[in-house]
Amino acid sequence: MTTTTANGRGLKKFFRSVSIPPVYYFLIVIFLGGGLLDLFYAGGQIFGNTAIMLNILVRSVALGIVAVGQTMVIVGGSIDLSVVFVISLTSVMSSYIMQGETSNVPKAILLVFLMGAGVGLVNGLIITKLKVNSFITTLGTSLIISGIINSTFSNWAGSVPRSFEFFGYATIGPVPFSVIILFLMIFAGWFVLSRTKFGAHLYGVGGNEEVARLSGLRTDRVLIIAHIICSLTAVLTGLFIVSRLRAGAPWVGPDGYYDLESIATTVVGGTLLAGGKGGVWGTLAGVLIFSILDTTFNQLGVNPYLSIVFRGLIIVLAVASYTIRSKKEAA
Amino acid sequence: MSEEEKQKMVNEQKPLMEVRNITKKFPGVVALDDVSVKFCPGEVHAVVGENGAGKSTLMKIMSGAYVPDKGEMFLEGEEVEFSHPVQAFEKGISIIYQEFNLLPERSVAQNIFLGREPTVLGVVDNRRMREMARNILADIGVEGAIPASKLVGDLSVAEQQQVEIAKAISLDAKILIMDEPTAALTINEVKMLDELISRLKERGIAIIFISHRLAEVFEISDKITVLKDGKLVGTVQTDEVTSEGIVSMMVGRILDHYFPPLGSLEDFGEVVLSVKNASNDFLKNINFELKKGEVLGVAGLQGSGRTELAQAIFGVVPFKTGSISLNGKDQLIKSPATAIKKQMGFVTEDRKSEGLCPQQPIRDNILLTVRSIQTMLTPISKDGIRRSPDLVPRLGEEVDIRTDSYDREVQFLSGGNQQKVILSKWLASEASVFLFDEPTRGIDVQAKASIHDMIRDLTKQGRAVLMISSELPEIIGMSDRILVMHDGSIAGELPPESSELDIMLLATGQNGNNGSIKSGAKGEN
Repeated sequence: MTTTTANGRGLKKFFRSVSIPPVYYFLIVIFLGGGLLDLFYAGGQIFGNTAIMLNILVRSVALGIVAVGQTMVIVGGSIDLSVVFVISLTSVMSSYIMQGETSNVPKAILLVFLMGAGVGLVNGLIITKLKVNSFITTLGTSLIISGIINSTFSNWAGSVPRSFEFFGYATIGPVPFSVIILFLMIFAGWFVLSRTKFGAHLYGVGGNEEVARLSGLRTDRVLIIAHIICSLTAVLTGLFIVSRLRAGAPWVGPDGYYDLESIATTVVGGTLLAGGKGGVWGTLAGVLIFSILDTTFNQLGVNPYLSIVFRGLIIVLAVASYTIRSKKEAA
Repeated sequence: MSEEEKQKMVNEQKPLMEVRNITKKFPGVVALDDVSVKFCPGEVHAVVGENGAGKSTLMKIMSGAYVPDKGEMFLEGEEVEFSHPVQAFEKGISIIYQEFNLLPERSVAQNIFLGREPTVLGVVDNRRMREMARNILADIGVEGAIPASKLVGDLSVAEQQQVEIAKAISLDAKILIMDEPTAALTINEVKMLDELISRLKERGIAIIFISHRLAEVFEISDKITVLKDGKLVGTVQTDEVTSEGIVSMMVGRILDHYFPPLGSLEDFGEVVLSVKNASNDFLKNINFELKKGEVLGVAGLQGSGRTELAQAIFGVVPFKTGSISLNGKDQLIKSPATAIKKQMGFVTEDRKSEGLCPQQPIRDNILLTVRSIQTMLTPISKDGIRRSPDLVPRLGEEVDIRTDSYDREVQFLSGGNQQKVILSKWLASEASVFLFDEPTRGIDVQAKASIHDMIRDLTKQGRAVLMISSELPEIIGMSDRILVMHDGSIAGELPPESSELDIMLLATGQNGNNGSIKSGAKGEN
């Protein structure tokens, strides 16, 4: 084995050895493409502006946090559609309990995390013990939560105190606090998946449940924990959103398409929808691609629906490119 | 001599594991009936028998995947009971299935230590895990070939098997059970496995393996246990028996009993299928002819290109160069759709995934091909097509599908009946050239005989059959001519009723006369 870093093969090997997911090629392309558009049509005002660049990151926070949880359940061979209404539930319940009073904040936070854990536990139990397909299970729990909160709260429910807006708006130096939380979550997700036994077991369960079972893993427990973690990340996203909006409403989850977008960014990031392969760094790139796209189009004043068309294209192209790659490797 | 015999006596007295009077019933069948076997340390113990003899059931009971209905198991003299495979491997019994229990997207080390990852303060110690994996791989003598950090999916089948063995060793396996360990290996890889097995033997590990390849059984085993129809026929010392002896124990009757007579010269007609100088990524320079009314057997080891040959002819993975002619006309067959239109039928090896739609009724399965060659807008009738509205009952009767209704989903039929449904599917599309890939795999002996009769009937009705089989008795019992494949090309052609030895020599590429046989075959063209 000689070092052949000069040619493409060596480069590929290098990427593989440090395990940078191939989605980062896409991220670079999207970034450069956005930069070029900016240069031609806006004289470089967008990509040269630190505030806008930071805003790309802030835009990524809500989706990024829940996508970490979604990545975990997908790695485990499951899926979670209920995150969208767990986010709504968190937003309305937290702002309803806070009622603008700082003294209510700890109580509210504790309650929403407990509720989130409860939803994750129920999802996990139904999927593992009743053997109901995860897509159907979480679609069901999602609808149940949606019905309950929509019948209980019409629109804005309560409000959050000024002190709680800290999460959404505070900055540490130039860096928004929420962006730091996002990166902490990504780092935590990476750590859990690649440095803990739970992570290793989750890859096992997602890769082949029978293999995992025959290796002595408690497959049900692993999957239930993954679902609880996923719901908890949805709660955190809900808290971030409510602190940005200053009050909660039942529509905040579905308005952001957090169910489908968290799944989309996960698979764009290179995680197999069938489970057993992937990770949060890829998902981060997927989230960033979507925010760069939105921000660029937004700043250039392009019809926002065109950005949705591009999202669709990227999802299909990215996943198609992984399929072709894996076929090539197999041949 | 006497010293050796004494050693044998000692082994006899102290089995590592013993099963006594094991009985296991499944709905409708007694899979194992009062079977008792002793397995000794440092011994390679082969378990042989026809399909359905109960070999796999016994192995699954020993490894905890099934719970026996009756009987006891003793490990080192102590009675053990397993209700889950994990309990068995914790006691030192590891099993390696044909389908490996490995995660392709995870590394070698991660696979070996799945569920037992070494940790420091709760954090997985990847470096130590790789180190431990390297040690184990070194221990079994394969560390050079398999880097511990490589993804299992990037390894060859033989290497994956070595990873499975390493995993078993890391679990301190005292008993290693292997189900058809050589089925997917090349000859060199089989040799390497033999060496690995003898190293494990020296450590006092008892190795139990199931195999259909008697030559290998004789090469590496110390003892052979023969099962038949769930009953123990006997356990013998390998050096005290002959291959014929084992075969007669396995079948309990003369082999060619259940084969229909071969075709005679007047049955054979003109050449219907002729392949000339054809190649693709898997096959090299294929030349042969298939005549009306004959069964052309294709033998060869796993990986020799047998299945690829049928797939190439049928357009699944077409030939890239060379030519195929049907009934004297050159044809370009680039997809199965074309092949079906040209009246070819392909009875694939894997019934469930390639031959049938298991959740659909018998009638729709039978009509699948004939409907596929109709136009999209042709109205479909329930039991057939416009020209012959009673196609399903007619064919069902002709091939004798045993069912109370043609509405039954084919997943509930026996293997033999499923095979008959597939056959009807091709009869419905009026195929005249039939390709069979392992026509009787996983089918019980009686149904086997009726499939063989049906294949012969096809040729009597003037159809041509190319039959691929890994079972040499089937090849010899059925073929009017035999092609033997080796390494992607045709190693030679043999006359009917050639011996297993002749075939195996060609199949393993060890025949010195290889060249002359090849040119002989060419001369015939």
